[in-house]
Amino acid sequence: MALDRWIALVLLGICLAYGYAAWFTMDDNLAPFMRRNPIWPSTFPKILSVLGIIAASVILLGLEKSEDTKEAEIDYRRLGEYKTGQAVLLLVLMVAYALCLRPVGFLLSTTVFLIAGSFILGERKWHVMIPVAVIATASVWYLVQEVLGIYMRPLPGFIGG
Amino acid sequence: MIEGLLIGLQTAFSLQNLLMVIGGCLIGTFIGMLPGLGPMSIIAIMIPVAISMGDPSAALILLAGVYYGAIFGGSTSSILLNAPGVAGTVASSFDGYPMARQGKAGKALTIAAIASFMGGTIGAILLMVFAPALSSVALLFHSAEYFALMVVGLSAIAAFAGSGQVAKALMMTVLGLIMATVGEGALFNLPRFTMGIMDLQSGFGFITLAMAMFALPEALFLVLKPREMGDSGEGEIKDLRINAQEAKAIAPVIGRQSLQGFFIGVLPGAGATIASFLGYAVERNIAPREEQEQFGKGSIKGLAAPETANNAACTGSFVPLLTLGIPGSGTTAILLGALIALNVTPGPRLMLDEPQIFWAVIMSMFIGNLVLLILNLPLIPYIAKVLSIPRNYLIPFILFFTMMGAYIGQNNATELLLLVGFGVCATALKFANYPLAPLLIGFILGGMMEDNFARSMQLYDGIAFIWERPMTLALLVIAAILIVLPSFRAHRARKRSMEVADGD
Repeated sequence: MALDRWIALVLLGICLAYGYAAWFTMDDNLAPFMRRNPIWPSTFPKILSVLGIIAASVILLGLEKSEDTKEAEIDYRRLGEYKTGQAVLLLVLMVAYALCLRPVGFLLSTTVFLIAGSFILGERKWHVMIPVAVIATASVWYLVQEVLGIYMRPLPGFIGG
Repeated sequence: MIEGLLIGLQTAFSLQNLLMVIGGCLIGTFIGMLPGLGPMSIIAIMIPVAISMGDPSAALILLAGVYYGAIFGGSTSSILLNAPGVAGTVASSFDGYPMARQGKAGKALTIAAIASFMGGTIGAILLMVFAPALSSVALLFHSAEYFALMVVGLSAIAAFAGSGQVAKALMMTVLGLIMATVGEGALFNLPRFTMGIMDLQSGFGFITLAMAMFALPEALFLVLKPREMGDSGEGEIKDLRINAQEAKAIAPVIGRQSLQGFFIGVLPGAGATIASFLGYAVERNIAPREEQEQFGKGSIKGLAAPETANNAACTGSFVPLLTLGIPGSGTTAILLGALIALNVTPGPRLMLDEPQIFWAVIMSMFIGNLVLLILNLPLIPYIAKVLSIPRNYLIPFILFFTMMGAYIGQNNATELLLLVGFGVCATALKFANYPLAPLLIGFILGGMMEDNFARSMQLYDGIAFIWERPMTLALLVIAAILIVLPSFRAHRARKRSMEVADGD
C-alpha cells in the first residue's frame, strides 16, 4: 500500500474519533436551555466528520484514479538515501530549543541553537559560526524586545532574567 | 471611486507606508530568491512583525510588498540558477534559464522585471475596476449566502487541485475545518475537542499552523535533499537592454497574459502557479510555428508570458479577499489571518467602513510594482549574490525564524512543540503528495464558515435556509458540481481512451 493510502487510513481514524466525540459524547454536558437551539456546538463537527470519513475512504479505497504518476520532489521510498539523520537531529534540536527557551532564557538557547544547527549540517568553522550566531541572536533580541516591545526572558531563570 | 483613490494615495504616500512598501519589496525579493522559501513562508514569517505594528493599512501594505517581492525574487533564482524559489516561477525557468546559459542573463532579468511590472500594474488597474463592482453585489449577501459561498470557494480549491488529487484536496480542506473547531467557539463559549488540555483552549495558533504547513517542510526538504546552489550563476551579468524588436515581440504577450493571469488569479484555488503554466502553454500554442520551436530554448515570449501571468494573478487573488473576505490561495489566506488578527474584517463592508485600507492596498500595489522595477534593474547583479549564502547557515536561520514567528504570536513554548509536531505531519503529507494549502484555507475559513452557518440555522430555525434562499441553493449546487465534475470528466476520458484502445 502506498504512503498516501496509509495516511488516509490514519486520517480516517482521526475522523472516526472526531465523529465519535461529535455524535456521542459532546452533547452530554450541554445545558438544557441550549438544547432548544436549532444549532448545537456539535452540529458543524457532525457534518465535518461525515465529510472527512467519506473523503478518507475515497482515497483509501483508491476510488479516484489518478492518471499522472508524476515524480514527487522527494521519493519517500528512497528515504534512506537522503540526509534523514540530519533532518531528525534538527527536529530534536528544535524540540530541545522549545523546552529550553523559558528556563534557560532567550539569548543562550538561541545562540546554542544556531551553532548546533550549523554543526549538525556539517559546518566546522567555529570562528565563523560563533560570531554569526551571537550577532544574529543579539540583533533579533533587540528587534523583538526593544522595537516590537515583546518581552522575552533573556537570561536563565536563576540569574533573575 | 476618485474619492477613494485620493484617500488611498494619501495613505499610501505617507512616509511610513512608503518605507513599508520599499522594505517589503526588498525583503521579499531577497528571501524569495532562496530556494525553498515561497511567498507563503515569507509572509508567514513576516506576520508577527506586521501584526505588532498595529496599523492595518501599513501591515497589509508591508505584506503585499513582500508578496510581490517574493514572486519577483523567485524568478531571479529560476532564471539564474534554474532553482525556482516559488512554485509560481517554475515556468519562468523553462526559457529564462536557457537564456542565462546563452549569456543573456541580464536581458532575461530585464524582461522578467518589465513583464512583472506590466502584469502587476495592469492587474492593479483591473482590480480597481472589478473590486468595487463585485463588492456592491456582495453586500446583498446574507449569512446563508456567505456560508454557501465559502463552500463554493473551498470546493473550487479542491476541484482545481488536478486529476487524481480532488479527494486529497478535499480531505485536507475538511481536516483544516476540523482543526478550526478545536478550542472555544465564539458562538457557544464551550471548549470543544480540547481533550482537557489547557493550551488548546484557544485553539491552534494560525501562524503556528502556517509555519508548520509551509516553512518547516520546505526547510526539511532542503536538508534532506541539498540542491545545487550558486555554481552556475557566476557569469558576468551584462547587456541588460532589450531592443525595439524584442519589445514589439513581447508587448502583445504581456497584454494577453495580464488579462488572462488576472482572471485566473481571481478564481479561488488557481493562483499564480496555474496562471504561469497556463500562460506559458497558451502563448506557445498561439505562436507561429517557427517560434514554437524556440520555446524551451530561450524564447523571450516564453519568459515574458509566465512572468506577466504570475504577477497579474497575484493581484487578481486579492479580489476575492478584499471583496468577499474569502481567500483564493494559500498566500491570501495567510493575509486574511493577519488582517483578522489586526481586527480588520475583509469583505464587502471593508470598502465602506475602512476605505483607507482598501484603497491604500491598491495604491501600494502600483507603488510596489514601480519600486520593484526601479530597485531591481540596477540591483540585479548584487541580488544574485544572496544565493551564495551557504546552506549550513541558511537552514538553522530558517528554522529559527519559523519558531520565532510561532512563539512571538502566542508567547507560549507549547506552541513550538505543536509547530514541530505539525511540521513533521505536514512533511509526511507532502511526501505523499497531499496539497497543504487547502488545509490552511480550511482552517482559516472554518471559524467564519461555522458562524455564518450557525447564524442562518438560527434565523431559519433549521436548515430550511438551503432551499428557501434560491441564491444559497444555487451556490451549493455549483459547489457540488465543482467537486463531482473533475472525476466525471476523468471517468469519461478514461472510457474514451479505452474505446480507442479496443478499436485498435
